[in-house]
Amino acid sequence: MSDPRIAVIEKRFQNVRRVVAVSSGKGGVGKSMIATALALSLRDRGHSVGLLDLDFTSPATHVILGVEGLYPEEEYGIVPPIAHGIRYMSITYYSVDEPTPLRGEDVSNAIIELLAITRWGELDYLVIDMPPGIGDATLDTIRLIPRIEFIVVTTPSRVAFQSVRRLLVLLKDMGVPIIGVCENMVMKPLAYVREDVERLGIEYLVSVAYDEEVEEALGDPDALRKTRFYKELGEVSRRL
Amino acid sequence: MHEWALAEGVVATATRFAKENGITEVTEVVVVVGELQQVEHEVLEFAFEQLKTPLFENAKFVLKSQPAKFKCRNCGNEWTFTSEGMTEDVSEAIHFVPEMAHVYIRCNECGSPDFEVAEGRGVWLATIKGVKGDE
Repeated sequence: MSDPRIAVIEKRFQNVRRVVAVSSGKGGVGKSMIATALALSLRDRGHSVGLLDLDFTSPATHVILGVEGLYPEEEYGIVPPIAHGIRYMSITYYSVDEPTPLRGEDVSNAIIELLAITRWGELDYLVIDMPPGIGDATLDTIRLIPRIEFIVVTTPSRVAFQSVRRLLVLLKDMGVPIIGVCENMVMKPLAYVREDVERLGIEYLVSVAYDEEVEEALGDPDALRKTRFYKELGEVSRRL
Repeated sequence: MHEWALAEGVVATATRFAKENGITEVTEVVVVVGELQQVEHEVLEFAFEQLKTPLFENAKFVLKSQPAKFKCRNCGNEWTFTSEGMTEDVSEAIHFVPEMAHVYIRCNECGSPDFEVAEGRGVWLATIKGVKGDE
């Protein structure tokens, strides 16, 4: 007759003030780095923050945060553990580092399951590292998560931006709130991304320069905080 | 007690259905419990008792087990899930997110992880019986 999980999802988010989905139309633009750094940056500003990695087939935020040896607590559902001050949830608690070969329907089911059983408690911000693209997972999160807002990540590459642009148009057509666009890994500043984003009536949030030190800082949030990348991204958390 | 979260979903869905259909007293809720998720029936029953609102005061929660069946998309083989020989960690992963079956289970004919969970994935609300307000 009915999937009982759907009815309880809204309740799981009732004490989360803002849900910020970090998304991109294409992989490889630094979406997970931006999502993780944004969560850390909001925490640095004294907010209570959660981070949910919904990129099930290529989860990465646990590597960026250096999460090891943590596991959710089972208490009237599951309560995500705290990593570096952030309430952190990832499929990797269950898949470890094994491949997760999921078809679209399975991704949807796994997302619904996690949304239904995860108890976030009170949060100022829940940052979601979204799967790339505009497939089932993105459509499900839009459908199921109340009050979801998007930050969309692109690089200056025309190849990346063409896909990102399609995501922006889709979100606009669906009436989903878009906080704005982050242009990441900028090596040579060009105006065309900003101009095109603004032509769509969407806010261009920040241009983040390509930073070689980011790779060195993987797994070490303190080192990440010292990078130029992190400082430039701080502009986004300030404006949220 | 992860079953609690699933029971909350059942009660919320049944409540919504009752309201939409003018049911003022629910007498029976049938819940299908797929074996893949390895849900403990006693825990689920306990959660229902605790979560009961006056709408369910005289309701019976009936749990029906459904064996989990897989169908391989690669070779067409069909087989039934068993937790025999599974480590506790793997069993727990599948318990929380049944799709983790694709990480840890392979087709027992061709070894592919690309299979369909044809039946018995998780908790499902099957039927509700009750009394309508004007009856």
